[in-house]
Amino acid sequence: MKPAGMSELVWAAVLVFVAAFLPWMVNGYWLSIGVTAMMYIALSTSWVMFSGPTHYISLATGAFFGVGGYLVGAGMSDYQQSFWLMAVIAPIVGAILAALIGFATLRLSGVYFVIFTLGLAEMIRNVVSWVQNNFLGSRGLYVLTDFRDQHIYWMLLAVAAVVYLLGWFISRSRIGFALRIIGGDETVARHVGINTATAKVILFTTTGFFAALVGAIIAPRWSYIEPNQVFSPQLSFLVVIMALLGGAGRLWGPLVGVIPFTILWEWVAIQFPNQSTLFLGLCFLLIVYALPHGMVGRIEELRARMRRGA
Amino acid sequence: MLDIVVSGLLLSGTYALVAMGLNLQYGVARIMNLANGEILILGALASFWFYTTSQVSPLLTLVFITPASFVVNWLIYRFLLTPLVRRAKTQGALEVDSILATFGMSFIIIGIVVSIEGGFFAYNFLLDPISIIGSTTSLNRLVAFVIACAIGLALYLWLNLSRSGVAVRAVSVSTEAAGLVGINVPRVSAFAFALGGAITAAGGVLISTFITLDGSIGVVFTLKALIIVIMGGVGDVRGAIVAALILGLVETAVATLIDPGLTLAAAYLMFILVLLFRPEGLFGRRAT
Amino acid sequence: MRQSGAILSVKGVTKRFGGLVAVSNMSFDVAEHEMVGVIGPNGSGKTTMMNMISGAFKPSEGRISMKGRVISDLPAQRIAREGVGRTFQLVRLLPGLSVLENVKAGAVFGHRKRWGREADDFAHDMLDRVGLDAMSHAPVSSLTYIDQKRVELARTLAGEPEILLLDEWLAGLNPTELETGVELIHALRDEGRTVVMVEHVMDAIRSLCDRCVVMSSGAKIAEGSPDEVLSNREVIRAYLGDDDA
Repeated sequence: MKPAGMSELVWAAVLVFVAAFLPWMVNGYWLSIGVTAMMYIALSTSWVMFSGPTHYISLATGAFFGVGGYLVGAGMSDYQQSFWLMAVIAPIVGAILAALIGFATLRLSGVYFVIFTLGLAEMIRNVVSWVQNNFLGSRGLYVLTDFRDQHIYWMLLAVAAVVYLLGWFISRSRIGFALRIIGGDETVARHVGINTATAKVILFTTTGFFAALVGAIIAPRWSYIEPNQVFSPQLSFLVVIMALLGGAGRLWGPLVGVIPFTILWEWVAIQFPNQSTLFLGLCFLLIVYALPHGMVGRIEELRARMRRGA
Repeated sequence: MLDIVVSGLLLSGTYALVAMGLNLQYGVARIMNLANGEILILGALASFWFYTTSQVSPLLTLVFITPASFVVNWLIYRFLLTPLVRRAKTQGALEVDSILATFGMSFIIIGIVVSIEGGFFAYNFLLDPISIIGSTTSLNRLVAFVIACAIGLALYLWLNLSRSGVAVRAVSVSTEAAGLVGINVPRVSAFAFALGGAITAAGGVLISTFITLDGSIGVVFTLKALIIVIMGGVGDVRGAIVAALILGLVETAVATLIDPGLTLAAAYLMFILVLLFRPEGLFGRRAT
Repeated sequence: MRQSGAILSVKGVTKRFGGLVAVSNMSFDVAEHEMVGVIGPNGSGKTTMMNMISGAFKPSEGRISMKGRVISDLPAQRIAREGVGRTFQLVRLLPGLSVLENVKAGAVFGHRKRWGREADDFAHDMLDRVGLDAMSHAPVSSLTYIDQKRVELARTLAGEPEILLLDEWLAGLNPTELETGVELIHALRDEGRTVVMVEHVMDAIRSLCDRCVVMSSGAKIAEGSPDEVLSNREVIRAYLGDDDA
């Protein structure tokens, strides 16, 4: 158990090291794919930290991500603050928002939580647009920095590495164990003495923090930001698909899902731009009916079968 | 002020109907159907399409789209959801699976609808102005309201008075106990799911007569129906009607007094209030 | 107020579900090191009573206190930390976790908290205690029914509860398993544990319990030693119906 955990960490470190060289190896189109993939790796790994053990499907990623991106835009454009200051404020706001949502919904059954997060990005977008139109005047925000794709890529890589490391520690900590028990049977969890609401809120807050941070880091990539663009409900669904496609049972599961899916998604977006929603739907059905434990689950199943056969 | 009350009231009739459909699917068949709004959009699209291409009255569309939706939803339950019900070890596992599967279905339907009709769809049906207790509204809203009430009432009477209605209610109380007294639970569940889908599609036809829709707006209706169901209490018809009334009024008030873009935010505000103060529903009983 | 030594005290507790009264005005005390049986016909409210003690439900009226402190307004996790451990009528194990992890769940978050090696060792001790240490790395799905019940008992014991609630722990066991089960509870009794048990197996109640509380239709109809209450006319009537009394 312990040595396996260490070797996992060593593997992760090697991967991060190798990944850091990508901007010197490719550029242009493939580097931009790399940035997108790294963004999804960070987002879906932090999604798995909470939703993996608890089986609570969070669709709030897009909302926190949007809050992060929007805050950077508003801070830099309307209040002349530096990118760095806004990149510190954004995740804190994201975390506070997540904590509030957690307190309201996570004391209740999982269905309420899913429903609540389902429309969250859309609702915040409506409110932000309304506030902007009525009180702030301007419609779009400019995010002008010297960052190029490789800088954003490295920042996202750093975030992904931190998320992974944190997830690794959490999965070996008391709270990580508590979440697995909650995912197994919440009644039992309460009766062995776990404060289930608090454990869930803490982890959900963490995912809100990182989603907003990723949104903040990505903001310079767009230069020009408007609410319709950063609050994308689709992003939440993409994160869920990638995480589940890889396998939510392991912290490194999303990694297995993100890379092929990002490439496939880009291809679909170019070849069949009108069918992308349909494709998303088919992916959901594929996961539910063919890969309920993700690709990682499939691989482990095959390995177990081979071992039994040998 | 009076305008708000009248149009809010008229809107709530259709909302209550759609929420009843969802209530049957979640309360009886135990499927959290997040593709509910897309079924509504399919009904609306059919109505739009028949009206604009062949001048078929939405009222006629209603008569054949409702049974058609019943069949489609029955097939969905039978072939896509039954395997999930069978493999689920716990209610929680079924919830997760059905949420993901119905997400998939909703995206597939959106994809299909958008490829048929990419833009907004709206048509002019019974636009004659009509005056109700001093407030002027259009006839189509009133007609939609009356039909929604009629369907809702028929459903209510059927559930409470007929033998098969009692079986449906028994399954909603406890699948195990219903099974023990000889009710064919899988069949009743499939029936309830299909009936819920049929009612939702009927709601879609009605809504399309007075609201402009587009292919991707279904999720908003799913959310509103869910909020009504939670606010009213799962399985509680009376609660759903009151909740729909409140939502219809609040939404109309926010849209007229503040900004039409904030109706979803208003629905969310009510959702939060319910979650914080009455998570068991307006008339729900505490303790489960 | 006869016992000053009461560790658990139930006073005037009523539970309503909508219009249905499941438990009505129940009062009884449990002394330290005492084994109390809660018996009565099916549907008489025994499990609801247990659920209120463990905090799964809140009483509609009345209060439950432990060592003089009211616990009936606390959430279940707080009651567990105060030292009330329970098993469930239908055994509840954590499906994704190994046998050892299931037991560890009790040790890590329970009345006394442990972590790391200490929790592992303690969980092994508890498994040993119920005679299952050899299975510690098996998945729970591979266990027989009695073994599942043992794991659940070990998980509860791992929390080192001061009061142990056993909800029909002997139900559903075959005759050989029943013998093992009764021996196990006997051993708990010999350790001087405080136990409240809901049970239908009368032989076990006679041999294990110091005292019995008899419930019928949500209310207490008798209290006393097992022999006393089992020969009480009203108790016999409650079990067998009026015609046979």
